[in-house]
Amino acid sequence: MNLLSVEHLNVNFHFKKRELTALIDVSFNLKRGERIAIVGESGAGKSILGFSIVNLIGKPGYIQSGTIKLENKDITKMNLRQLQEIRGKRIAMIFQDPMMTLNPVITIGDQLVETIRSHTKINYKDAKNIAIEKLRNVQIASPERRFDQYPHELSGGMRQRVIIASVLLLNPDIIIADEPTTALDVTIQAEILQLLLAICRDNGVALILISHDLGVVSKVAERTLVMYAGQIVEEGPTLEIINDPQHPYTQGLLNALPQMALPGQRLNQIKGSMPSLAERPSGCAFHPRCPYATDKCRTQQPEFIYSGVSSVACFMVEDMLSEFSQDDEGSL
Amino acid sequence: MLAFLLRRLIQACFVLIVISLISFAIQDKLGDPVRQMVGMTTTPEVREQLRDELGLNDGFITQYTRFAKNALTGDFGTSYYYKEPTIDVILKKLPATFELAFCAILLVICIATPFGVITAIHPKHLVSRLIMLVSSIGLSIPIFIIAIFMVYVFSIQWNLAPSFGRGETTLLFGFWESGLFTKDGLSHLLLPSLSLAIALIPIFVRLIRSEMSEVLQSEYIRFAWSKGLSAPRIYFFHALKNTMLPIITIGGIQAGTLVAYTILTETIFQWPGMGFLFMDAVSRVDTPLISAYLMVVGGMFVVMNTFVDLIYGLVNPTVRLASHGL
Repeated sequence: MNLLSVEHLNVNFHFKKRELTALIDVSFNLKRGERIAIVGESGAGKSILGFSIVNLIGKPGYIQSGTIKLENKDITKMNLRQLQEIRGKRIAMIFQDPMMTLNPVITIGDQLVETIRSHTKINYKDAKNIAIEKLRNVQIASPERRFDQYPHELSGGMRQRVIIASVLLLNPDIIIADEPTTALDVTIQAEILQLLLAICRDNGVALILISHDLGVVSKVAERTLVMYAGQIVEEGPTLEIINDPQHPYTQGLLNALPQMALPGQRLNQIKGSMPSLAERPSGCAFHPRCPYATDKCRTQQPEFIYSGVSSVACFMVEDMLSEFSQDDEGSL
Repeated sequence: MLAFLLRRLIQACFVLIVISLISFAIQDKLGDPVRQMVGMTTTPEVREQLRDELGLNDGFITQYTRFAKNALTGDFGTSYYYKEPTIDVILKKLPATFELAFCAILLVICIATPFGVITAIHPKHLVSRLIMLVSSIGLSIPIFIIAIFMVYVFSIQWNLAPSFGRGETTLLFGFWESGLFTKDGLSHLLLPSLSLAIALIPIFVRLIRSEMSEVLQSEYIRFAWSKGLSAPRIYFFHALKNTMLPIITIGGIQAGTLVAYTILTETIFQWPGMGFLFMDAVSRVDTPLISAYLMVVGGMFVVMNTFVDLIYGLVNPTVRLASHGL
C-alpha cells in the first residue's frame, strides 16, 4: 500500500484580477521507506508541490482540487488542528536555507523541545534528553552545550544538522527536503547529503527530495519525478532517467550538467527560460524550448504514457512507441 | 557591562552640558523674573539692587560658570518662587509624573500589542480595518483635544472618573507619594494616563503591525508551522519576540515624546507633576527652576535609553552587552 498518494493535484494562486495555475494535475505515489526526488528548474513548482503536501502553501496559493492521501486520510480536507497533528509528527520538512530556518532569538534547545512537547505529553526533562540524543545522532559534538546556544553561534552546516535533528525528533514517516544542500558550502553538501541518506535508510523514513541538482538526486533517490511548468513530464527509476532520459526537457537538463561539456567548450544549456505562471504556453508547455516541437505540440497537451520503464508526457515519445508497436504487429 | 554603563555616564554628562547651555541661552528671552517677584510699588532702584543680588546683571559666561560650579556640588539653584532648592521642588513632583508616565506606558503596551498583532495576522478582517482607521484618526488628533474631549465625556457628561488632581495618595518609603494604592488615586490616574497613552498607541499599533507582518513572512515562521506548532505559540512566541526587537528601540526614543506630552496632559488635568510645575515656572519666569527641570528631564532621557538598551540586550541574543563592551 502507498504511504502517500497524490492524485490529480491542482494548485492555484488567487489574485484580485485573475487565477494563476501553479500545479496541474500532479499525481504520484510514495511507498513506506522509499526515497524519491523531484527535479526541475526554478519556477517549475517543485517547492510548491513540497509545501502543498502538508498544505502549507503561502497565500494567495491554495489547493484547487485533487487529493493528497496519507494512508487513506485526505490531507486536503483536514482542518488546521488535524494538519498540525500531521506536520512535524508524520511529515516533517527541511528547508533550503539553514541560516533563515531557525528562529534567531530562541535557543536551539527550546526550538527542539517545543516540537516534541506540542505533539506529545512528554515532560521538559525527557524531551530535552530526546533532543540531545537526536543532536548526537546527527553528529553534533557536545550536544549539551549546543542545546543552550542560539542559532547565530552555529555555522551553516551545523544549523542544517540541527534542522535534520529537529525533523527526526518524532520519528516521522516522511521527510520532505526542499533543496537541503543548495545554500551550503560544497564541502559540507556531501556530508549533509550522506547524513540525510543514512538517516532515512536506517530508520525506514520515506524521503521526498526536492532539488535542481541531478548529481545530488542520483546519489539519494530511487525514483525521480521531473517537473516542468507545474506538471510532471517524466517519472521513473532514477538510474533510467539519468541514463536514458525520454522527455526532451530531461535530456536538456542532463546535457546542461557541467560534466557533459568538454573542457574549454561552452556549457550546454536549454535555450530560453521557464515560462512564468502567467505566460504558460498552449499545448505542451515545453514546446517553445523543445528542439523536436511539432504543430501538434503547440495545440495539444500530451498524455502521460508508460514507455516500459518510465512514464513520459511527450508526443515524440508517444509517436515513437506507437511506431514500435506497429512494427511489431507488421512483423507478426 | 561596566564599560557600557561608564560610557553611558559620560554620555549623560555631555547631554546635560548641552541642555544647560541651551536652557541658559534662552532664559533671558523669557521675561523679567524680578517683575514677578516684587510688587507694583517697588522702585526701579530696589529692582536693580535685587537684580544685582541675583547675579542677573552679570554676563552670560559668568552666570554660566557660576551655575556649572554649583551644579557640580549638587546645587542647581534656588527657585525664585518657592525659595527652595530647585532640585528639591522638582523631586517632590517627580513621583506624580513618574506614575502617570508609567501607567501610560503600561496602557500603550497592553493595548497596542494585541491590536498590532491582530491587524498583522488578519490584515483584511473587518476588526483590523476598524483598528487601522481609528489609529489613523488618532494619529492626526492633537493630544490636548483628546484630553479635553475625555474630560467632557467621561467626567462631565458621564461622571465616571475625576478630571483633575491626584486624589488620595499614600506615602511610600517616607518620600514617594503614590496614588497607585488607593482606589481614589487610581481613579484619578485613569483619564490622564489614558489620554497620554492614546497619543502613542496609534504609532505603536502601526509599528507592531508592519514589523509583525514582515516577520510572519520569514522562513523561520514557515518552519515553525511545518513543525506543527499551535497558532498562539507561533504568533505570540516565535513572531512576537522578533517583532519586539525594533519596537523596543523605537519605544526608547518615543519615551522622550512621552515626557513632552506629560506637560500638556498635566496642565489639562491639573496633575501636580513636573510638567505642570514646568508650565508654572515658565509663566512665573522662574528661570532656575526651568533650567533644573530641563536638566532632570535630560538625565531621565539618558537613564531611559540605557534601560532600553539593557532590555534589548536581554531580548536579542546576538547583542551581548557584556561581551562586546558596548
